Amino acid sequence: MLGKLTWEAVPWNQPIPLIAAALVLAATLGALAFVTATGRWTYLWREWITSVDHKRIGVMYVLLGLAMLLRGFIDAVMMRSQQALAVGHSAGYLPPEHYDQIFSAHGTIMILFGAMPLVVGLMNFVVPLQLGVRDVAFPTFNSTGFWLTAAGALLVNVSLVVGEFARTGWLPYPPLSETAYSPGVGVDYYLWAVQIAGLGSLINGINLTTTILKVRAPGMGYLRMPMFCWTALASSLLIIAAFPVLTATLAMLGLDRYAGFHFFTNEAGGNQMMFVNLVWAWGHPEVYILVLPAFGIFSEIFSTFSGKPLFGYRSMVAATLFICVVSFMVWLHHFFTMGGGGDVNAAFGIATSIIAVGTGVKVYNWIFTMYGGEVRFETPMLWALGFVFTFVIGGMTGVLLAVPPADFLLHNSLFLVAHFHNVIVGGVVFGVFAGIEYWFPKAFGFRLHERLGKAAFWLAFTGFWVTFTPLYALGLMGMTRRLQHVDVPEWRPWLYVSAAGVVILAAGALVQAVQLVVSIRRREALRDVTGDPWNGRSLEWSTPSPPPAFNFAVLPQVQGLDAHWRAKQAHLAQPADKPRYEPIATPRNTATGVVVGVFATLMGFAVIWHIWWLLAAGFVGAYATFVVFAWRDRDEDEIPAREVARIDRARLAGLRARETRA
Amino acid sequence: MRAEGPKGVAGSRTPGRLALAAAAVALAAGCSKGVLDPAGPVGRDEASITLNALAIMLAVVIPTLLAALGFAVWFRAGNHRARRRPDFAYSGRIELVVWSIPLLVILFLGGLIWVGSHSLDPARPLPERPGAPTEEIQVVALDWKWLFIYPREGLASVNEVVVPAGAPLRFQITSASVMNAFFVPRLGGMIYAMNGMRTTLHLQADAPGAFEGRSAQFSGDGFADMRFTVRSVPPAEFARWAAGARAAGPTLDAAAYAALARQSRGVAPFTYRGVQPGLFEQVLSQALPPGPGPAAGQHGGS
Repeated sequence: MLGKLTWEAVPWNQPIPLIAAALVLAATLGALAFVTATGRWTYLWREWITSVDHKRIGVMYVLLGLAMLLRGFIDAVMMRSQQALAVGHSAGYLPPEHYDQIFSAHGTIMILFGAMPLVVGLMNFVVPLQLGVRDVAFPTFNSTGFWLTAAGALLVNVSLVVGEFARTGWLPYPPLSETAYSPGVGVDYYLWAVQIAGLGSLINGINLTTTILKVRAPGMGYLRMPMFCWTALASSLLIIAAFPVLTATLAMLGLDRYAGFHFFTNEAGGNQMMFVNLVWAWGHPEVYILVLPAFGIFSEIFSTFSGKPLFGYRSMVAATLFICVVSFMVWLHHFFTMGGGGDVNAAFGIATSIIAVGTGVKVYNWIFTMYGGEVRFETPMLWALGFVFTFVIGGMTGVLLAVPPADFLLHNSLFLVAHFHNVIVGGVVFGVFAGIEYWFPKAFGFRLHERLGKAAFWLAFTGFWVTFTPLYALGLMGMTRRLQHVDVPEWRPWLYVSAAGVVILAAGALVQAVQLVVSIRRREALRDVTGDPWNGRSLEWSTPSPPPAFNFAVLPQVQGLDAHWRAKQAHLAQPADKPRYEPIATPRNTATGVVVGVFATLMGFAVIWHIWWLLAAGFVGAYATFVVFAWRDRDEDEIPAREVARIDRARLAGLRARETRA
Repeated sequence: MRAEGPKGVAGSRTPGRLALAAAAVALAAGCSKGVLDPAGPVGRDEASITLNALAIMLAVVIPTLLAALGFAVWFRAGNHRARRRPDFAYSGRIELVVWSIPLLVILFLGGLIWVGSHSLDPARPLPERPGAPTEEIQVVALDWKWLFIYPREGLASVNEVVVPAGAPLRFQITSASVMNAFFVPRLGGMIYAMNGMRTTLHLQADAPGAFEGRSAQFSGDGFADMRFTVRSVPPAEFARWAAGARAAGPTLDAAAYAALARQSRGVAPFTYRGVQPGLFEQVLSQALPPGPGPAAGQHGGS
């Protein structure tokens, strides 16, 4: 009846996962109780869960990403403290069986369930606003993509209490991940969580690519799009090209594990290096999927907070597309140490360092964007400057690792760990925090508290360097990654410093939480009535904060780059014509996405535990949901012209009030 | 390349390199016993390529970071001396420079990568000196220990490999179960150990000494204990050691191998007095079956 699932699947004798699970459960029940007590279920269901509004979906993605970022950070705290404690004869507090799950979960969660939803959420929220349109190309599809991602995240967290997570690292290299060496359900949790969430990512890539290619405001030619849209396009194209590779690779591993195939096994002609090649053919583009939108965010910020157009816009577009294409030609640098020979290693080493040309051009263009500008050091700009410093150094150590003889010494060492945190934290995480700080007033109608934001930045920046500089040194001393205990006493002081850095990072996370609470409490004082709190340049700043469901009362007519800036300059010269308001059709909410998400979770759980009837039931349910959706009678609601006019006049009144004050 | 490597750093006069030399000294002081403190020619050349590449990049990265900081501070909103150019968004000349700088760096680095990848290809034999012939050692990564087979001496050891100082070492490496990476930080770079595949790595220890080795590719729950020692001894002592090892200890035949291939952690070093001929090839061709993995029912949820 329940497949392999028994009471023994719950680790009753291990206090750490049980306490963690109890805390998560308590927090969830607390949130549910709060919603019930305040009678907000209807609001939550109508306005968020079933919403197909790209802005709401974007916010939900970001919330999911932040929650998973916290979960992954707790894993990081456990890893750094375990290594600091388990030096010499001490075994620390985490046995290998548990420690191995933690670093595997840390990587999986941070990349696929933390960074991905954060980046995708910002793209979802911002791109249609910047393009000057009312929605994405496929609103219900978009909602389904989000709920599939959430289903994957849920499965990863269920593995904390029911069964175990993979003990193979965040990329389950065979043969370790084959049934012979990992007979438990850990790798299966990984496989199905990532497969379901990967489908969500693919859906999002298709939706955003179509939106950017086909749905733009009148006059918004490709070379008038804000830089963030370009990077979102490059990232979405990479998603479409790369995620199917991941899906196919994990499907092959799944066939090995479930149906006795031999794609990657030791026996019967399987080849483990085929998996390694294929998974990195996805894995390397994946890091650009994450970091290109971050480049876009920084482009917006450098330009806005310098009061200047982005320097070398066309160069930036070229560099973005250059990185997009070349990122597919470098995957082998993740395993120079397989002994591929001089020619193979040299070719991929040179291809890898060529990517740095595109990135280098971007850095110089950001620097020249500040040249001759009027630089304001508000919180988003601090993150941007911190990013340049951190990312350039991380990029440099990355190019160093692209030199095969150097990689022979540093591969899989803590130097490598320090390098990729240097680019992913310094690039993606700093970018996402900068983006949240920058677009928060747009999403919620009030700014985040400035001084707390700056404090959070300085703590994160300092904490980052205190945590990871010792890892560079340890890597040079020959310390490899993923060690549950450490046998060299000389490494101890460095591990202590690194653990202290984590404390600083934790303080930064706490200040960010406090910043959110304080900002919500003081929201009236921080209110943004103009829709344009930063003196912005692109079209999202020409809508009210928060934007109405239809985004733009009247679709903007785009004349060139920096459309909103242009409009502001023109309006100063002569007041705009009286706008003509018309009724607007918006897509109807639907529960399709969330219901499919529930069925996908059940199917994933069923296949992990071999509960075949539940798998069949989940599939039938998901399919039926699609059929119901396909036979819908109405798919749009109409907002009357009167309502559109009322909302837009309120925004114009706010703008006039600011002009008279100025 | 190999002989000239170390001179490359010390012999140069550019300021970037001098700055780097200072940084390298500081790092090396903190990182003794690491990859920047090599004890053989391979490690030395790899370390020197690493430092050369770092020098080339730092020569560009440091001015870039200073420019970023300088522009941000000079053009701050409150600075009334800064000349504002709010429409300055394009300059062909700057664009040319902006594309050229990284291109030039990559041109240099590309040359370094090409030459280095070939001259330091792990499969490339090291030059032999008279009286110090290349020592053949076959390596099998097991769960979770290292087996070293000396085909010429006809003996084997676990978790410790004794080698003659000053002689080139030719390691042929495979895995009996999951992937591992064979890594001796002070002797030079690593290479993967993969089931059904053979990789070749050449290393050399210049002088007698003990060097820590470890697996660099995560291989399961016993991974942290997958360490070994490379004990480099004078050639005469090596011969004595081999004779002593042949005189005592168990023999490594198919049955002993099957017992060894079972999962175990933290195994203390020991030697086998003899080895079944062709054992390494039998592991490689899977005539001897791959390691059995965990005993059934040991893992949660299975």
